[in-house]
Amino acid sequence: MSHYFMIFFNSVFIDNIALTFFLGMCTFIAVSKKVDTALMLSAAVIVVEVITVPVNNLLYVFLLKKGALAWAGYPNLDLSFLGLICYIGVIAAIVQILEMALDKYFPALYNALGIFLPLITVNCAILGAALFMVERDYNVAESTVYGAGVGVGFGLAICLLAGIREKLSYSDVPKGLRGVGVTFIIVGLMAMSFRAFSGLQF
Amino acid sequence: MAKAKDALLDPLFNNNPIALQILGICSALAVTNKLSTALTMTIAVTLVTSCSNAAISAIRNHIPNSIRIIVQMTIIATLVIIIDQMLKAYLYEMSKALSVYVGLIITNCIVMGRAEAFAMKNPVGLSFLDGVGNGLGYGVVLLAVGFVRELFGSGKLFGVTILNTVNDGGWYVTNGLMLLAPSAFFLIGFIIWGLRTWKPELQE
Repeated sequence: MSHYFMIFFNSVFIDNIALTFFLGMCTFIAVSKKVDTALMLSAAVIVVEVITVPVNNLLYVFLLKKGALAWAGYPNLDLSFLGLICYIGVIAAIVQILEMALDKYFPALYNALGIFLPLITVNCAILGAALFMVERDYNVAESTVYGAGVGVGFGLAICLLAGIREKLSYSDVPKGLRGVGVTFIIVGLMAMSFRAFSGLQF
Repeated sequence: MAKAKDALLDPLFNNNPIALQILGICSALAVTNKLSTALTMTIAVTLVTSCSNAAISAIRNHIPNSIRIIVQMTIIATLVIIIDQMLKAYLYEMSKALSVYVGLIITNCIVMGRAEAFAMKNPVGLSFLDGVGNGLGYGVVLLAVGFVRELFGSGKLFGVTILNTVNDGGWYVTNGLMLLAPSAFFLIGFIIWGLRTWKPELQE
């Protein structure tokens, strides 16, 4: 149990996907103007991460990995070079299915999420989580926990940033720095404070 | 001719993908602690953007609108896989250093953004030049950040010692912050500030 907790804690705080690996930055900067929208986006990211990371894990272990096709009579076949195109296909397909399912069964939620769902397809945090999962050799249970952790970590970071940016509208920022410029510097400060977690040991 | 020049040179400063369109930041920050990784990444992204722009533009009149994202994704992913395999074959060390970030060129918003905004509407030649221009615009920022981070972080440029560090018996005390993630954010923030002070019409 503590092993899974460690993976979760690690991916939320120590290896925060937005503030340590810089993934999903475009969305991170673009959608962090208001706390409400940031919360909505984090919900969508968590759901998509929890589904896609384990699915990609199964795909990798049973189809792409070296020797994974032994049951079909190809013990030496190594398809891992097809990984990238498969993962992005899975992500695009799952986002599409999720969108249709939400539209049919939870129209209120669908309308609230709006454009965020399709936007998630090209969010590097999702593909990045899949690639890190492969690099670290997680199994299905571990990758589910990891997916949840990455989603929560991204959500935490974007909600914090949105809170700061809402307060920022009251401050007098130099002209050239207004908007995106100062956001980058705030994110830098946040990333520095998140480094403090890296000293934690269990 | 003037249009071709604009397509190539506009993204360098006037419409820089990183500093002004805020596209493709993810990889820009992660690979810039050394100049050599930044340079490799620039070349890889320039190749992918220009080739994908040309390919998508060539078939732009035959793609049904409803599935265009998937078609674009497939073309981009194929190009990225080719680059990834080439790096693994010829520059194995470099491909280890870049780890997942080569694969993440697929979701690099510059590639998708230019395909969607430019290649779907313009002829092949112009789209190719626009791709090269945007790749170079991305590279300018990447190399600027990489230059500062490697010089002040480890006293080297492209791995060659410029400032003799204290650890090697010299005088320069390295700035550890420059090798860590946050410094990249500060540097890009300052680059945006500088660019917008130089060209006030870009301010928000």
